[in-house]
Amino acid sequence: MALYSEKVMDHFRNPRNVGRIEDADGVGEVGNAKCGDIMKMYLKIENDVVVDVKFETFGCASAVASSSMATELIKGRPLSEVKKLTNKAVAEALDGLPDYKMHCSVLAEEAILSALEDYQKKTGKKI
Amino acid sequence: MNIYADNAATTKMSKKAVSAMMPYFEELYGNPSSLYSAGQRAKEAIEEARETIAGIIGASAREIIFTSGGTESDNQAIMSAAANGKRQGKYHIISDAIEHHAVLHTLKKLEKEGFEVTYVPVHKNGIINVSALEKAIRDDTCLVTVMYANNEIGTVQPIKKISEICRRRGVVFHTDAVQAVGHVPIDVNDLGVDMLSASAHKFHGAKGTGFLYVRRGVRISSFIEGGEQERGRRAGTENVAGIVSMGAALKEVAADIDKNVPRITALRNRLIDGLSEIPHSALNGDREKRLPGNVNFCFEGIEGESLLLLLDDKGISASSGSACASGSLDPSHVLLAIGRVHDVAHGSLRLTLGEDITQKEIAYIIKSVKEAVEYLRGFSPVWNDCVSGKSKFIL
Repeated sequence: MALYSEKVMDHFRNPRNVGRIEDADGVGEVGNAKCGDIMKMYLKIENDVVVDVKFETFGCASAVASSSMATELIKGRPLSEVKKLTNKAVAEALDGLPDYKMHCSVLAEEAILSALEDYQKKTGKKI
Repeated sequence: MNIYADNAATTKMSKKAVSAMMPYFEELYGNPSSLYSAGQRAKEAIEEARETIAGIIGASAREIIFTSGGTESDNQAIMSAAANGKRQGKYHIISDAIEHHAVLHTLKKLEKEGFEVTYVPVHKNGIINVSALEKAIRDDTCLVTVMYANNEIGTVQPIKKISEICRRRGVVFHTDAVQAVGHVPIDVNDLGVDMLSASAHKFHGAKGTGFLYVRRGVRISSFIEGGEQERGRRAGTENVAGIVSMGAALKEVAADIDKNVPRITALRNRLIDGLSEIPHSALNGDREKRLPGNVNFCFEGIEGESLLLLLDDKGISASSGSACASGSLDPSHVLLAIGRVHDVAHGSLRLTLGEDITQKEIAYIIKSVKEAVEYLRGFSPVWNDCVSGKSKFIL
């Protein structure tokens, strides 16, 4: 068996929504370089909907794939849904991750929640 | 292009080694301990391999014990020296921070059993601090164990110097030469070591076979209990085919070693020069005192496992000391020991060249690594923070 599912490799090789949003409404960064994983999420929000999302990631293939998949799962979705995103949903959408790589999907969830928090702080809005 | 650049992990078996071992599966399958001719022919094959190997490393045949590989050789050498020490009330061992786990974990076990181990530091270039080692020797030191060449960063240690010190102080000296045998010329008498570990699959022999050289007069005890094989020093029916492959493989590499070492070294240097052109990168380990085929770099702002998988897509097999690549939480203990901080240790790449490497392949590796590093840096928040000045470059 290969280390990763085809889906993980696809999202690693062709990550979706890579990059930065300079005028983002919410930015979240989690992890640290010491541990080998950092994820940064940029959200553009209009009328309580994520209209655009971009990410930057320093990490292994599953970290890149988790970020990429997470952005796909939340793009175009209302904030009420986005805030319920779980790491499990990210991992499942990737057809699973090896046990010792599950923390990558946790980071993806945390990065998005952290970006939402930033948005709430900036706007004073409650989601 | 397909390039296998992970020869420190294992090597492709040589055709000669494969054809030499095959008869011992199908026709000459006798047990070497059996007295009838089929058994004795297997026994002769083992003894012939022993003579060949001993001859190449300057030992006598009686000084070679066949084992299941480098790990067992290291375990037996260390546990045996510790048992000898215990008998004399000597409970102190000296080693260093960049040893292979086969050595480090054996030492950890001995520490739990009451031994004290001094881990001598290495310099930033990965070479052991010899004067610190000399100072660490005590009256109750029963063993010094220092690897010949490091499996990750390829640094070649001053083994001769260390063995002179050990001899002067009357301490047994073992070296894990798993990465060196078959890759650099080795003569145990010139080196002056008491024990030396080697593994067949690192020099184009079969996996599951290795040897331990034990100088005559050094007391060695069996590590595996059972029959009287290997003159009572290693029980268990011999891996006849594997041993035969090891003899054939070592003979083949030894015949070409004087020609191969300068050629591979030149190509390695070309690879080091090419990868050094990548900004904010650093070579790990000494540039000169390293194995002919070893190249190990840290690239800032990227993670090693991602780099490996991208290179795999380009047909290049390599290795990394990053935590993710190793499946543990911490990056390589070797990179940390030479002073690389976690942040950059995660971005390491090891390329270990085979004898058949070509200039064209080196050029392709350089181009591929450059592209992959640049690509990963493109969406790395660590790299972008450094570029924007938000944080400082480490390398």
